[in-house]
Amino acid sequence: MITRRHLIAASGAGAALAGGTVAFPHLFRANSAVSDLPAALSQGTRDEAVLEALPGKKPLIKLTYRPPNYETPIEYFRTPLTPNDAFFVRYHLADIPEVDAKTWRLAVGGDGANDQIELSLDDLKAMPATEIVAVNQCSGNRRGLFNPHVPGVEWGYGAMGCARWKGARLKDVLDKVGVKKEAIEIVLDGADGPVVDKTPDFVKSIPVSKAMEETPLIAYEMNGGPLPHFNGFPARLIVPGWTGTYWIKHIVSIRVVTKPFDGFWMKSAYRIPTGKFPVVARFISQETEANTPITEMVVNSLLTSHRDGAAVNAGNVTVSGVAWDGGYGIRTVEISTEGGAVWSAAKLGEDLGRFAFRPWSHEFIAKPGGNTVTVRATNAIGQTQTASLILNPAGYHHNVMQTVTLNAA
Amino acid sequence: MRSVFALALGTLMATTAYAGEQSISLKKAPGLEKVEGNCAACHSLDYIQMNSPFLSAAGWDAEVTKMIKTFGAPIDDGIAKTIADYLKANYGS
Repeated sequence: MITRRHLIAASGAGAALAGGTVAFPHLFRANSAVSDLPAALSQGTRDEAVLEALPGKKPLIKLTYRPPNYETPIEYFRTPLTPNDAFFVRYHLADIPEVDAKTWRLAVGGDGANDQIELSLDDLKAMPATEIVAVNQCSGNRRGLFNPHVPGVEWGYGAMGCARWKGARLKDVLDKVGVKKEAIEIVLDGADGPVVDKTPDFVKSIPVSKAMEETPLIAYEMNGGPLPHFNGFPARLIVPGWTGTYWIKHIVSIRVVTKPFDGFWMKSAYRIPTGKFPVVARFISQETEANTPITEMVVNSLLTSHRDGAAVNAGNVTVSGVAWDGGYGIRTVEISTEGGAVWSAAKLGEDLGRFAFRPWSHEFIAKPGGNTVTVRATNAIGQTQTASLILNPAGYHHNVMQTVTLNAA
Repeated sequence: MRSVFALALGTLMATTAYAGEQSISLKKAPGLEKVEGNCAACHSLDYIQMNSPFLSAAGWDAEVTKMIKTFGAPIDDGIAKTIADYLKANYGS
C-alpha cells in the first residue's frame, strides 16, 4: 500500500478529478517542439522540451509535466515586467491543491512567537500594503547550461521573471504574534506537498533578521492581478533579492522557531559550497564549514533582443536585454563586440527599483559575417559576472557572461 | 488542507494524467515496465529524458538511491536494480 494525496485518476482519454485537485482540461492539446533551445542543453532535454500551455498560462517551455516545471521563453523578458500568464512555473512535489481563497488561512505561531493567530485573505488585505518590483529567479536557472551537466531540472535561461508584487510585510505579520528574543529562524510552508508521505514536504526557513527587513512580503497581487494558481495563489512569500527557493507558494504556515530548522530542503538541498561565491548575505544558523544555504542572487544579465545565431543586416544593430542582482542595484551593463578586449557602456533603461530587471540597450556596427556580442553587468557594490562557470554540485548561481553571435549580411 | 487517498500501488500505474504526459515515450527495453510502474507514481517520466544522456552508471545509481532513501519511494532492492540497469543502459552516458 502507498498513501497518495490528491490522486488524479485517469483511464484512457478521460481524466476524472479526485480529491479537489486542480484539473488539466486541455489534456490532449497538441504540444509543439521548441525550435531554438540553447545548444548547451543536453540532448535529452532538447528532445523532451516542448512548448505547452498550462491552464491560465501562455505556452511555455515544458521541461517536466509532473510536478510542473515550465520556463519562460526569453522574448517575454523584452519588458522589465514579466506577464503573469508567461511567468515560469516551478514545483518540487506533485500534490498541488487548488486553494479556495475564501477558506484559505495563514497560520502564524511557533515556539519563538508570543502568540499564535490565523489570518484570512481579507485579514491580510486589511493590513498596510506594500508594492515592490522584484525578480523571482530559481536558484538553478541555467542549470542545463552547466558543463559538465549536473542532474536536476535542466533549465535554460527562463526560470525567472520580474513582477510588481503587492502584499503585507512579513514583519508586520510577525509583529502580530510577537517575535521572542531567542527566535532565530522563520519556517515557511505552502499548501502543496508530496505524493508519498515519506517524501520530505517542501518547507523552508529564513533568518529572523531577513524576515524583519522591510522587503519580504506575503504577496496576494502580482502585476495588479491575483497570483496565478501556478505562481502561488492566493498568497506567496516574496523575498526580494533572494533566490526563488524561499518564495513559498500557496503559503499556509509561518512558524517562528528558536532552533535551526532541520528539514531536508534546508539541511541537504539548496546549498552552495561555503565561501565559493561572492555573496554578501549569509545564513549563519544554517551554515557549516562545507556548505551553506543559497541566499541572494548573483549579478546577471540576459540579451533578449536576438537569439544566438540570429541573422541581422550589416550596419547599425541595436541589442537589448535586462540585468539584475541580489538587490544592490545595477550600476553598469557593458558590451564587448571584441571578445572582451574592449568594453562599451550600454544605455540603462527605466529603473523600477533595486530588485527589478534593469533594461539596457546598445547600438553597434555589425560587420558582414559573424559578430560576437558579450554582455557583462556590474552592480552597485562592484560585483560583476563571472567569465568562467563556478562549479557546484547542484548547479546553482550560473552567471557566466553570455556571448551571442549575430550573423550579418 | 489535504485529503488523503490510500491506494494499492497497482492503481497508481494508470494515473499519469497531467497535461501532455501521455506523450512521453521512453525507450522500449527490459525494465521499462518497472520504471513506468514505480517512478511515475511521483513524477512524470520526462525527468529521465531530461537528465540524459550525461549521467554515468554511478550517477544513475545515485539518483535511484536518492529516490528511495531521501524521497521515500517504496521500492525494494531487486526492483531498484532493474530500474537502475534500465536507466544506465538506455539513458546513461
